[in-house]
Amino acid sequence: MSVGKEFTKGLYAENPVFKQALGLCPTLAVSNSVRNAVGMGLAMTFVLVLSNIIVSLIRRFVPRKIRIPIYIVVIATFVTIVDLVMAGFAPDLHKALGIFVPLIVVNCIILGRAEAFAGRNSVFRSLLDGLGMGFGFSLALFVLAFIREILGDGRLYGFPLLGPGFEPMLIMILPPGAFLTIGLLMGLMNWLDKRRCS
Amino acid sequence: MELKTLLIISVSAIFINNFIFSRFLGLCPYIGVSKALDSAVGMGMAVIFVMTLASSVAWVVDHFLLEPTTSNLFYHLLRLKTPPDLVFLKTIAFILVIASLVQFVEMVIQKTSPALYKALGIYLPLITTNCAILGVTLLNLDMGLNFIGSVVQGFTSGLGFTLALVLMASIRERLELADVPRPMRGIPIAFIMAGLMAIAFLGFSGLKIR
Repeated sequence: MSVGKEFTKGLYAENPVFKQALGLCPTLAVSNSVRNAVGMGLAMTFVLVLSNIIVSLIRRFVPRKIRIPIYIVVIATFVTIVDLVMAGFAPDLHKALGIFVPLIVVNCIILGRAEAFAGRNSVFRSLLDGLGMGFGFSLALFVLAFIREILGDGRLYGFPLLGPGFEPMLIMILPPGAFLTIGLLMGLMNWLDKRRCS
Repeated sequence: MELKTLLIISVSAIFINNFIFSRFLGLCPYIGVSKALDSAVGMGMAVIFVMTLASSVAWVVDHFLLEPTTSNLFYHLLRLKTPPDLVFLKTIAFILVIASLVQFVEMVIQKTSPALYKALGIYLPLITTNCAILGVTLLNLDMGLNFIGSVVQGFTSGLGFTLALVLMASIRERLELADVPRPMRGIPIAFIMAGLMAIAFLGFSGLKIR
């Protein structure tokens, strides 16, 4: 596979959220506003890229049998760094994301990439893969949050968009709205893919 | 802790702040294992078991190793002047505790009860990366619950998760026979169902317990 493809595959063709249905918990939980979604996406990309690099660097020394615990410790270290940095420099965002910052540790995307990609490929390719998957995740979060915040709050990134005449559909920023939006989006993508094939 | 407080924790964990429908924790197994009723029940039981155990062990680890109180073990062992504040290590400490706990439980069950192992065995490895388990231990810490409170919250959150999983599996078994538009088949329609059920569970948020 060409080097550029390692990056772009995460954006649509192998998008971790829409195509692989991984990392759903933070996706649905923090996509109630674009601000939270962007913050979460950046935190996730940071952890994904760095853990991919480290896992790829140590891939020749790690015994196969205990690789998962070692990967988890590597990931947990970077998550702790993100947690502390965010609490120090963006306390509002840290509060809004709540327990979903420490929960990046158990996000299946990160462990999945470590196991399926970074443990078997060169450092450079793993970096690109991490970037692509991180941006793909951020993109999915952004699309969800974009739809939910506009419909549920009438605003975008905190700015009023639809004017006072618009009655916000409160359900969209409540939990059910997240499920309905992602369900419809996945259906739409299946439909588009099928049309493109035929 | 008072019985009344424990009751409030339970009702809140099962219905009002249901792990799936309101807190969004543990969605991967929720979508992945909800295709058949019997596997949903197996997964639910495994989650209840590990959650209760993880809540109690995580509380002990937090109280005796991480919190800056005089009951901190490092304070006594290393003869420090002030108790050390190690709470920032909670993520690493808890995930290691959970991973080793799951491994240990798997070995014990395999040795003692082959029947139970056959029922739960394949679900146990999946549970380590289930964010609901790490989530409940972190929530216990955030809410400042004591030991009993943590165990009760762990157990009842597991119950709430199982309730959501079993309901979903029953519906999906019927959906197999339904005439769903082709692009919506599989995961998309499962999300729509989850959305409708979440609307129903929103009704519980009007519950006032005093």
